[in-house]
Amino acid sequence: MSNKPSAPAIEGWFTLDEQPHLIGTRCNACGTYYFPKQDQFCRNPGCDSTEFSEVKLSRTGTLWSYTNACYKPPAPFVAAEPFEPYAIAAVQLEAEQMVVLGQVVEGTGVEALKVGMPMELVLEPLHETDDDVKITWKWQPMSATASEEG
Amino acid sequence: MSNEIAILGAGMHPWGKWGHNFVQYGVAAAREALDDAGIPWKDVSFVSGGATVRCGYPGYVAGATFAQALGWQGAEVNTSYAACASGSQALAAARNKILAGGCDVALVVGADTTPKGFLAPAGGYRPEDPDWVRFYLGITNPTYFALYARRRMDLYGDTLEDFAAVKVKNALVGSKNPRARYKKCFTAEDVAASAIVADPLRLMDICATSDGGAALIVSSVEYAERIGKGDAPRVAAISTVTPTFASGVVEMPDIATDSAAAAGIDAISYRSQLPLKAYEEAGIGPEDVDLAEVYDLSTALELDWIEDLQLAPRGEAAAMLRAGDTTVGGRTPVNASGGLACFGEAVPAQALAQVCELTWQLRGQCGERQVEGARVGITANQGLFGHGSSVIVKR
Ligand SMILES: [Zn+2]
Repeated sequence: MSNKPSAPAIEGWFTLDEQPHLIGTRCNACGTYYFPKQDQFCRNPGCDSTEFSEVKLSRTGTLWSYTNACYKPPAPFVAAEPFEPYAIAAVQLEAEQMVVLGQVVEGTGVEALKVGMPMELVLEPLHETDDDVKITWKWQPMSATASEEG
Repeated sequence: MSNEIAILGAGMHPWGKWGHNFVQYGVAAAREALDDAGIPWKDVSFVSGGATVRCGYPGYVAGATFAQALGWQGAEVNTSYAACASGSQALAAARNKILAGGCDVALVVGADTTPKGFLAPAGGYRPEDPDWVRFYLGITNPTYFALYARRRMDLYGDTLEDFAAVKVKNALVGSKNPRARYKKCFTAEDVAASAIVADPLRLMDICATSDGGAALIVSSVEYAERIGKGDAPRVAAISTVTPTFASGVVEMPDIATDSAAAAGIDAISYRSQLPLKAYEEAGIGPEDVDLAEVYDLSTALELDWIEDLQLAPRGEAAAMLRAGDTTVGGRTPVNASGGLACFGEAVPAQALAQVCELTWQLRGQCGERQVEGARVGITANQGLFGHGSSVIVKR
């Protein structure tokens, strides 16, 4: 394993806690959530608010759908050599009524996933640079955590 | 009907990976459409082009580029860019011009030359660009198609065999279409043997990008009657509506959907909204449709479109496929042209190519892939950034 310090792949998009959250915004007038953050205009056609508050989004949700990447994506994706396929999840957040994409944690393939299953947000490396390990949010089946923490 | 226009001619440059300048494809398609209509180029008083953003400045002003290539003759020009719906928006501009009394005969044309290899976003560190973000996180175009396909499997019980059957069906009719790029017939075994790209989709479930050009000659109904073509197929409706907030399906290139948390807001599928205005405008319903040309970016997406067009209840498109209802010779053939599976996508030409196919089908000129007695056809497509279209052609 690398001894390099870790740094967020995208600054300010998620908290760095043990129990991480995505950081979004919420319209002060109508309650619409935004991820990535939006603080200039509200896209609800019935709302012309310009006031937004930064909020932590729910860190658990249900699996809306899933797939994987069997081929190396083009840049700016930084692939490990040799390229290792990874699963991708679309997770529905209940309170926010929105679906957020992300990679699935290493070691969990599509065969372990099923639409509707509970998922939670975790942090994992995305790629390494010369200076640090870039970390990002990933989705993980809840049952896996429960048994580990059991 | 006051809001209809006549389709006098249709033309296409065959789809392929020819590597020529896009203008060449557009001119070839336009000349074929003019010949088909029996209209001299000098009688066209409005040229409406679908723009391409991959071919430099001439592509941004495609209407003028094609008009110059065909020979400046003083026509007015328009260029429309609306991603995959560019051709439909160009057609809508021509219709508006004709219905407003501003011209009798218009040429609508779109063409594209696709670059080799991946269409990657600009480099650097640009988290404000959703396209950059999703590639950085490892989310490519097939990811989205695969998410939709997997949902069909887990929710409706669709199978890999169903998706393969779409490919086999489309390849069979495409093999009989001289304008298609891929004319090889495939078996379910061929599809199953192709590599998985994004589970559950394989290489043969996903469409390629192509070079191609398509064109239509359209006129007022009065003009068509005056030249003895009053029975020509008509454009009965064009829908180019945007989504309605909150869009509940995660769409390329976004990494999240809209939030439907606000009071009075529901999560809505854009695809299912698109044909509603078309049906309303044409004054017909899904039960009147004889055939459909839909945007099968993946095999599974063809099944989604069948339900979005209300040709089958939600979740039952695969049953319709299995019964042979979407095959040429079946109840409502879908993609009798061979679809994107056999053409590959040539963005600004594709929506027009769909209308070309309906035109030839409604005239009974499609030979071995002819849908017998076709009188009403509908198209559907969806592109990036809230662009999509649905066109109804009838006779
Ligand atoms: Zn608002």
